[in-house]
Amino acid sequence: MYLADSRGTKATVVPDSRPGRRSAAVPPTVLALGAVSLITDVSSEMVTAVLPLYVVAGLGLSPLGFGLLDGINNGVGALVRLAGGHLADRGGRRHKVVAGLGYGLSAVCKPLLLLAHTLPVISAVLAVDRTGKGLRTAPRDAMISLSTEPEHRGRAFGVHRAMDTTGALLGPLVAFAVLRATVDGYDAVFAVSGCVAALGVLVLLLFVPRRVTLADAERRPERPPVLRDSLALLRRPDLRRLTVCATLLGLTTVSDSFLYLLLQREGNLSAHLFPLLPLGTAAVFLLLAVPLGALADRVDRRRLFLAGHGVLLLGYGVVLSPRHGVPAVIAVLVLHGTFYAATDGVLAAATAGAVPARHQGAGQALVGTAQALARFGCSLAFGAAWSLWGERTALAVTAAALAVSAVVASFLLRTADEVSA
Amino acid sequence: MTRTARLSILLAAVLLLGAVGTGSVLHAAHRSGMKDRQQANGPTVRAGTVSLRPTAGRRLLVRNLAWGPHRDEIATVPADDPQGPRTASGVKCLRFHAAAGTGICLQAVHGALEDTYRAVVLDAHLRERHRFPAAGIPTRARVSPSGHMVAWTVFVSGDSYAGTNFSTRTAVVDTRTWAIDDNLETFHIVKDGRTYHAADTNIWGVTFADDNHFYATLATGGRTYLVRGDVTARTLTTLHRNVECPSLSPDGTRVAYKKRVKGASPDAPWRLYVLNLRTMKETPTAESRDIDDQALWADDDTLVYALPGDYGSDLWTIPADGTGTARRLMTSAVAPAYLG
Repeated sequence: MYLADSRGTKATVVPDSRPGRRSAAVPPTVLALGAVSLITDVSSEMVTAVLPLYVVAGLGLSPLGFGLLDGINNGVGALVRLAGGHLADRGGRRHKVVAGLGYGLSAVCKPLLLLAHTLPVISAVLAVDRTGKGLRTAPRDAMISLSTEPEHRGRAFGVHRAMDTTGALLGPLVAFAVLRATVDGYDAVFAVSGCVAALGVLVLLLFVPRRVTLADAERRPERPPVLRDSLALLRRPDLRRLTVCATLLGLTTVSDSFLYLLLQREGNLSAHLFPLLPLGTAAVFLLLAVPLGALADRVDRRRLFLAGHGVLLLGYGVVLSPRHGVPAVIAVLVLHGTFYAATDGVLAAATAGAVPARHQGAGQALVGTAQALARFGCSLAFGAAWSLWGERTALAVTAAALAVSAVVASFLLRTADEVSA
Repeated sequence: MTRTARLSILLAAVLLLGAVGTGSVLHAAHRSGMKDRQQANGPTVRAGTVSLRPTAGRRLLVRNLAWGPHRDEIATVPADDPQGPRTASGVKCLRFHAAAGTGICLQAVHGALEDTYRAVVLDAHLRERHRFPAAGIPTRARVSPSGHMVAWTVFVSGDSYAGTNFSTRTAVVDTRTWAIDDNLETFHIVKDGRTYHAADTNIWGVTFADDNHFYATLATGGRTYLVRGDVTARTLTTLHRNVECPSLSPDGTRVAYKKRVKGASPDAPWRLYVLNLRTMKETPTAESRDIDDQALWADDDTLVYALPGDYGSDLWTIPADGTGTARRLMTSAVAPAYLG
């Protein structure tokens, strides 16, 4: 399925309805990057969809304990992401080069899966795949920011995230079509996935310009940012507050897998419906990404980001409420998808506004990594709380912590408003 | 580069990559077509009637993996002539087990969008009595000695990017009432004498002692445990560490299982062991290879298990007391069950 943690939230192009303003089209660079993400996601979700089947049915292996490397991967992934953002800012904004390396690295992994027949080797290939993803995320978001007028960034990120999620939903369909045509031809799925990934890289190379900065953005020749400059970004009050808020809220955001597990157990949901839960979230995310992205350009982005977490809190409330059954499950999925639509791309757009153009890569990496690490920390803490107190108490405590975080965050972000005003 | 040039390059690439992709699909489709043709030097497989009723001689039922029109069908051979001609039933299962006239068959349903799975309870004529949707990819199946209870385990993959998280779901069904417990993780767990809950519990590989008691594997916190389960009381109690895929001997005194051994390579971590439930003494079998199967007791002294083979997997056999050497019982077969 899709990975909500590193993707954005808004989706479609809607005409700007404010009076006296001409409606600005989404920049071609954003559409090109959206197409690259869509194609790449088709490729990677093809693999994700059939991998369990390949491991269990194709190779006859027992994959339990397969997720043990996840923690290490998360840590390494965070470092790679920071490095990707920083490197992209260096030497005259090499965003395209670094992003291209990231997409290329992941593309190479698909045919490598044809040769991987044991769990350690498959894990290694997936780790490299993930490294590619970590590398490309920040430069890609930086390019979206740099190619869009500041007042339209919310919508631009929305369009990108919607295209991305579309790819994630299409991937499994393509994979099973291939599997159906070949009767267990996992190698054909990996081969087709590799071809699709190569196409994504090619679209990036051909249709994303080398320099994506808007004509009126800063252009003075400067020395390329060194690592210290990138870290010094945190001295900027706006970015620091945003990072602190994203971290605080990330620490109280239960991971998708835990949420679905809770939904199934609390809602007494039949086990075979479990695989449909991520699809529900993704569909709502896809539908709302555009409208909420456009909304983020009209209201304060940071406030929308906060409101999104309020929606998540509502979702926790429904899980904890005595209401069970399908309507409650659907309500939670709608709230969960709305949460992503109101926060993921919106955070990237808000970040873009708090960082100067020459530091876009590092800025996006900083905020995104802080959020991802915080969410990972939340997973560890939540797992421990579940063992100590049971699932309901663990969620209730997390919900309370989320409420407190949201209050603190709203205070911090309001301060930011006053300063900038 | 002009727009036209870029579009031309893109078009050429789409054609080239499309050709490679199509080629790989055609190649794979051709290869799968080969599997429907009779395998050279393979066992003889004939269509026939397969019944779970007692017959004159003891029989061995397996999922037949030999290439040909009866691939993946449940087939039977005389227990004393396992290499002889196979009688195929026409019923296809990924996993299968049977006892006392009841069969459990885990099947894939190839839908337009994705594969789904179901667990089908079969009568003595291999006709469907009841079916349940299954949450993921089938891996283990068992029927209780009386034929009243059935259990199965499936793998469910996570929803994270690159899908590296796998968990299991194990269900137990009483075929007299069709009452189902579709996730044993909701049972009350007693670990080392104390109530235990954790988000990361996984349970798999049920083996029945009687209609109310069973053994299974519990995994949590990176360790595995042998648990004794009680269906009525809905409890699981840990008995022993480092036990996976237990299989109870017919006399109920020992459990054959996969043990993760020290120093083994990470892609081949398991060896076949037998645990005496009275003394809790572990005995390694003479099988020195990696085992990834829930073993089956052919009788109180002999184990049968699957190992990778030329056509998917072969069945092997070895004494349960640690003596002897491994012997190939059947080629191109998996998921065995003895009847009679």
